[in-house]
Amino acid sequence: MSALLEVEKLEVGFGGSTSAVRGASLTVERGETHCLVGESGCGKSVTALAVMNLLARGGHRTAQRLSFQGEDLLKLDDRGMARLRGNAMAMIFQEPMTSLNPAYTIGSQMTEVMRRHKKVSQRVAIDRAADLLGRVGITAPGLRLGQFPHQLSGGLRQRVMIAMALMCEPQLLIADEPTTALDVTVQAQILRLLAQLQRDLGLGLLLITHDLGIVARVAHRVSVMYAGEVVESAATAQLFADPRHPYTQGLLRCVPVPGKQRQDEPLGSIPGTVPRIGPGFEGCGFRDRCTFADATCAHTVPHQTAAPGHDYLCRLAP
Amino acid sequence: MLRFLFRRLIVALLVAATVMTLAFVLTRLSGDLAISIAGPNATAADIEAVRKAYGLDRPVLTQFFDWVGRAVTGDLGNSYFFQTRVSTLIAERMPVTLTLGLTGLSLALLISIPMGILAAVRENTNFDRAVQMVALIGQAMPSFWLGLLLMIIFGLTLGWLPISGTGSWEHFVMPGIVLSFSAVPALTRLTRAGMIQAMSSDYIRTARAKGLSRASILLKHALRNAAIPVVAIAAVQLGFMLGGSIVIEQVFALHGVGFLAWESIAKNDFPVVQAVVLVLAVIYVALTMVSDLLNAVLDPRLRA
Repeated sequence: MSALLEVEKLEVGFGGSTSAVRGASLTVERGETHCLVGESGCGKSVTALAVMNLLARGGHRTAQRLSFQGEDLLKLDDRGMARLRGNAMAMIFQEPMTSLNPAYTIGSQMTEVMRRHKKVSQRVAIDRAADLLGRVGITAPGLRLGQFPHQLSGGLRQRVMIAMALMCEPQLLIADEPTTALDVTVQAQILRLLAQLQRDLGLGLLLITHDLGIVARVAHRVSVMYAGEVVESAATAQLFADPRHPYTQGLLRCVPVPGKQRQDEPLGSIPGTVPRIGPGFEGCGFRDRCTFADATCAHTVPHQTAAPGHDYLCRLAP
Repeated sequence: MLRFLFRRLIVALLVAATVMTLAFVLTRLSGDLAISIAGPNATAADIEAVRKAYGLDRPVLTQFFDWVGRAVTGDLGNSYFFQTRVSTLIAERMPVTLTLGLTGLSLALLISIPMGILAAVRENTNFDRAVQMVALIGQAMPSFWLGLLLMIIFGLTLGWLPISGTGSWEHFVMPGIVLSFSAVPALTRLTRAGMIQAMSSDYIRTARAKGLSRASILLKHALRNAAIPVVAIAAVQLGFMLGGSIVIEQVFALHGVGFLAWESIAKNDFPVVQAVVLVLAVIYVALTMVSDLLNAVLDPRLRA
């Protein structure tokens, strides 16, 4: 059986001058939490939007392969894609405050997606919405269904977004930094909720984040993105124990680990900034910031396997 | 909400009071009313008689408070020229003006909302630029000139529509079109800007992520939010149209309130002039309040 989501050599450009994603590949298996990590602007969100075909105007995607449950997404027209979105594949966003339509009630927005994709009555859709609101930890679902987004806090709105995404029992849920805009205490609640829902419903979850703490807690598998490429991908334990790409190593050094780190030891950092990469760029995107870079890094970047299921993009030997 | 309404009501009353004062002062500033009423051949004795008969010999303040006191109870006085009650005159003429205004507004909305949506969807295409150009021309074209142009083409050359009078609905087509032209540019631009803003918002991305149909995304999710300022402005535009129909009623010889105002100004029938100004101002203030109410109905955030 094919994987839930397969992305191979995805390229996304905006109007020719910049390449947001340059040949990124990743695979999400059924029922797995796959974390996509990397710093701001590395192309994580654009990758997710390209998969959903939700790129902003002017965005253009190409790929060698882009398939969902074995179905080729590149061959689907707008209508075919709309049939999948919100149905078998759903997405939640970074901005819970603005992601709900201010003019409609929670209930109307939640039932709408189900009535669009499934042949059910309004009654059934309302019951399902109330049930899901309860499930994402919202008390008094009946009251909330009649309320407008502005009457809810950010944490509640993100819970509503999650519940709305689950209305049609999707196989894949893409969560684009769902906790970034929330208070720290609420962040933990939302993450626990996502992890629990993922387990209970057997969801494939593609979780985009820049927080390695989140990754360590919830991910089965991690893909590290840098400048539009997936530079390393491995099972979570494997990646934390044996990072191969210099960028991944640098990233892990930036995270303090209680007990392992001495108080007076400075926290790691990666010198330099993410380069602006246009079309026709060759070689490794990290070479200007990498302590191991040599002349060959400007031309070829080999794709290597360190262990089964652990791939990375670097000339350094496994 | 009730407090909001109450505050709006107070402001509306203040505006009405200001307008009453202005209407009164301006008619007095236009010259000695007794002389103009008495006519060019009147003797000094005639003028004095007129002055006495119409109470113009009293102190100005007394005249003012007398007028205000009556107006508040609905008594707008008598017309010097028509020799009937001003309120009756206005009531007779109002239906024509209201029909014209509502026709103009409906046409304006029917034209500008679809044009604004299409221009927004095709932002920066030739269609979008064409719409904006038409809007610009519409705004720059004087309404009397457009009225005469339509009359020549559809009334005289083609003979499709009557050019004057109020006999049938056909009589309101051309004046309605001309009147709508004053509102189309603003409403089109407002719809276009609102739609462009809505379409780039996060909740539209959510609607797309939900796999909703294009029609639902555009009309249910985007237009609903883009329409809030459009509806509010439309109510105010209706006020402009009712007041601004003076020129068009003139051109098409529609005997509405605007026509009455023009006649009365020409004949120095100042109780009618004052009353028309007052009535139009009160309607305008009322429509502004309606606009606020519509805003609150359409935007749940204002209802709290």
